[in-house]
Parts: sequence; structure tokens; C-alpha cells
Amino acid sequence: MSAWLTGLWNGFIFAFNSTFILEGRWKWFVSGLGYTLLISLFAVLLGLILGILAALGKLSKFKVLKAISGVYVDVIRGTPTMVQLLIIYYIIFANIPIAKWFVGVIAFGINSGAYIAEIVRGGILSINIGQTEAGRSLGLTSAQTMKNIIMPQAIKNILPALANEFIVLIKETAVIGMVSNIDLVGAARKVQSLTYDFAFPLISIAVIYYVVIKILSTILNKLEARLRKSDRR
Amino acid sequence: MIKVAGLKKSFGELEVLKGINQHIKKGEKVVVIGPSGSGKSTFLRCLNLLEVPTEGEILIEGESITAPKTNVNKIREKMGMVFQQFNLFPHLSILDNITLAPMKVKKKSREEAEKLARELLRRVGLEDKADAYPAQLSGGQQQRIAIARALAMEPDIMLFDEPTSALDPEMVGEVLSVMKDLADAGMTMVVVTHEMGFAREVGSRVLFMDEGIVQEEGTPDEVFSNPKNERTKSFLSKVL
Repeated sequence: MSAWLTGLWNGFIFAFNSTFILEGRWKWFVSGLGYTLLISLFAVLLGLILGILAALGKLSKFKVLKAISGVYVDVIRGTPTMVQLLIIYYIIFANIPIAKWFVGVIAFGINSGAYIAEIVRGGILSINIGQTEAGRSLGLTSAQTMKNIIMPQAIKNILPALANEFIVLIKETAVIGMVSNIDLVGAARKVQSLTYDFAFPLISIAVIYYVVIKILSTILNKLEARLRKSDRR
Repeated sequence: MIKVAGLKKSFGELEVLKGINQHIKKGEKVVVIGPSGSGKSTFLRCLNLLEVPTEGEILIEGESITAPKTNVNKIREKMGMVFQQFNLFPHLSILDNITLAPMKVKKKSREEAEKLARELLRRVGLEDKADAYPAQLSGGQQQRIAIARALAMEPDIMLFDEPTSALDPEMVGEVLSVMKDLADAGMTMVVVTHEMGFAREVGSRVLFMDEGIVQEEGTPDEVFSNPKNERTKSFLSKVL
């Protein structure tokens, strides 16, 4: 029995060594995680901008804006993320030299913008109509009312949902492996191609994803609780 | 100052206002009373186009606000409105609540807007609350701030939509006394209210509305002591 355990342990040490230690391969994982977080963060920021524009478009009384925003949200939510990434990488940016991580930011930003649009729209609609009436009755234009009164309250209300979108993106961005090797999945694949050990690198990145997301969601939950407390001041 | 001719308003099938004709002069304090669902709030909200009339014409200081080309925002600058639910901006401090519109709409400098805001806060007796947030204030205090906020645009007309209906009884007095001061200072006011004491004391003219029309109007004395219309009599017998 103890011989079997020793064998398992030795196997683990060997795999750990060849995955992380040899030739400083751990640096690939660190850099991969860095890119994963970088792409997710910028994508959620781009998504927020697109999402606000699309939400305002959908709520606007101008038919053209309404239609464009509606089609954007509808098409993006109705097609797989991976297909969108491939189209953006291989067709739209086919002949344009651009950093791969930035293609990821654009693809995932456009993707999450469609989901954030619905979050923002819900946030705007959740603000009492009396706020708009108060703003308009003071002589503010509808744009000024939206910018100074409705949006600040809506954004504050949807912050938790936005933080959640960031966490979802950290996982979603794993499909960038379809076009490049820069992220965490890429790091695992580089190791796989050298060691022919498929299991250990994959399970390693699963653990890394899990731990990072656990840490982030714990922090975000704490922030959310504090935010809610400040509402009751 | 305000001329209303043939004002009608329908929500879908439901006709809420069935033809209102009114002439409100400068300095008048018009108090609108009537049972709920009589159209009095809708009438008030039509005056600054929070509700768009279905038919009829409204002239504010000689300008038609129902004409399609009218700049609604310019009209609203002249008319302050106070709501039943206060509608203060919860994410802004009291001072910012008051200075927002003067700075954005009238392009006043921050110093100028704050100076006026503090003056108005003193007028409603809340100068120490400038840095507080709406949620920290009582209902009565919030409504006094809402009045100060409307006054910061230096309007010619103030509209009040049941300003005390959402308040605890002990806070009604403080709001009414601010409104009374305002009336004494000569402001033109249109007040929808259930406070008959206020209507009697402050109103220069009382409109009794029911079923979408003005059923009876006159001085408070005429309407309260000697109502002619049967509906007015029955309404007053229930509320007085």
C-alpha cells in the first residue's frame, strides 16, 4: 500500500516538475494568467461602453438607433462566442497586424457588450420614473437627466452584475485558445506539446482558474456588502 | 399668466380630463381639491407637459406650450414642481440636489449656485443639512428640500402635486408653513391638495374638480361655506 502511495507521490512530483519547474515553465502560466485577466478586464470595460450605448439605443425613441441596438444584442446573443472570435480574428482582422490579446479584448468586449446592454437596460428601468420627472421638471433635457440623474444610480445598482460579468469573462476567455497560445489554456498546451502529459497541465489550469475566481468572487461579495451598507447611511 | 382652453386628456380609452378652461393670473394661489381620480393631478401635470394633453391649448406667459415647436425645457424652467413623493436625487447631497439644475440649465457658476442654494436652505429652515443625503432626512425635511430645489430655478410659477399626502401627520405643518411663506412672498401657485385648512387659509381661489371637469370654483369662503354644486357639498361633507 505504501509503495503504491509512494509511486503516486513520485508521479505527482515528476509531473509537477515537468509542468512548472523545468526551464522555468511556471512563468508561462503566470504570463498566461496575466493575459487572461488583462483580456477579461479590458473586455468588460469595452463591453460596458458598448452595453451602455446599446441600452440607450434600445430605450431611445429614434427608430434607427433602436433597430441597430436590437440587432446587435440579438445577433451576439444568438451566436456562439467561439464563432464570433473566429470571425473577428480570421475575417475582420485577417490583414490587419494587431496584438493577439487585443483581438481578444475586441471579440470578448463586443460579446459581453450585448449581455451588459441588457443589464444596463434593466438598471435604467429600475430607477423610479419620478426621478426622470423631477429632472425634466427642473428644465434639464432628457440627455442631461439620463447622464446626471438616472445613469449614476443605475450603474451603482448594476455594479454587482458587472463584477459577475467580469468573472464570467475570465472563464469565457479560455476559448481564445482557438486563435492563440497567450492565455492560461495556451500555457497548458505549450507544456502538453513538450511533455506529452495531457492530464496534469489541464488539471493544473482548472485549479488555477478555480482559485483565482474564488478569490475574486469573495472580494467582490465583500465589496457588494459594503456598497449595500452605504445605501443605508 | 396661465391660460388653459378646452384641455382634454385621455389615457387610452379613459378620458381623465374632459375640457378644462382656466385663467390663472400672476400672484394667484389656486388650490385644486376633489376626490381621487377626479383628474386634478393630471391637470397639474399637463401644465408643465409631464402629461401631454390630447386636446386643447395651454398658454404660459402668452406662449403656447402645446404647439409642436415649443421648447419644453425653456417652459419648464419657469415652472417649479413639487411632487407627492419628493423625488430628491438619492445619489446627490442636498446641496448638489439644489445646485444641479441651475448649473446645468442656467449655466451658473458653482459659487453662484451654492450661494443661492444656501440662501434657499435658510429660507426652508434646513441650512445645516447642506452636506446630508436625502435618505438621512425625514419626509417633511425632504419635501422642504424639494421646494428649495424647485425655487433654485427662480420660477415664476410653482406647481404642487399633493405635497403633504406622503407625509406623517406631524410633518405636514412644517411643509405647509414653507408653502405659506412662499405664498405670502407673492409666488403664483397651483396646489393640488387634501389639506382643506391650507386651501382655506392660503388659497385665493379654489377649484373643485370631479369627473374630469371643474365642477365649482370661487374664493375659499364661497366654496367651503356656501357650496352650490351637489358634488361639492357631498365631497366637503366627507372631508371637513
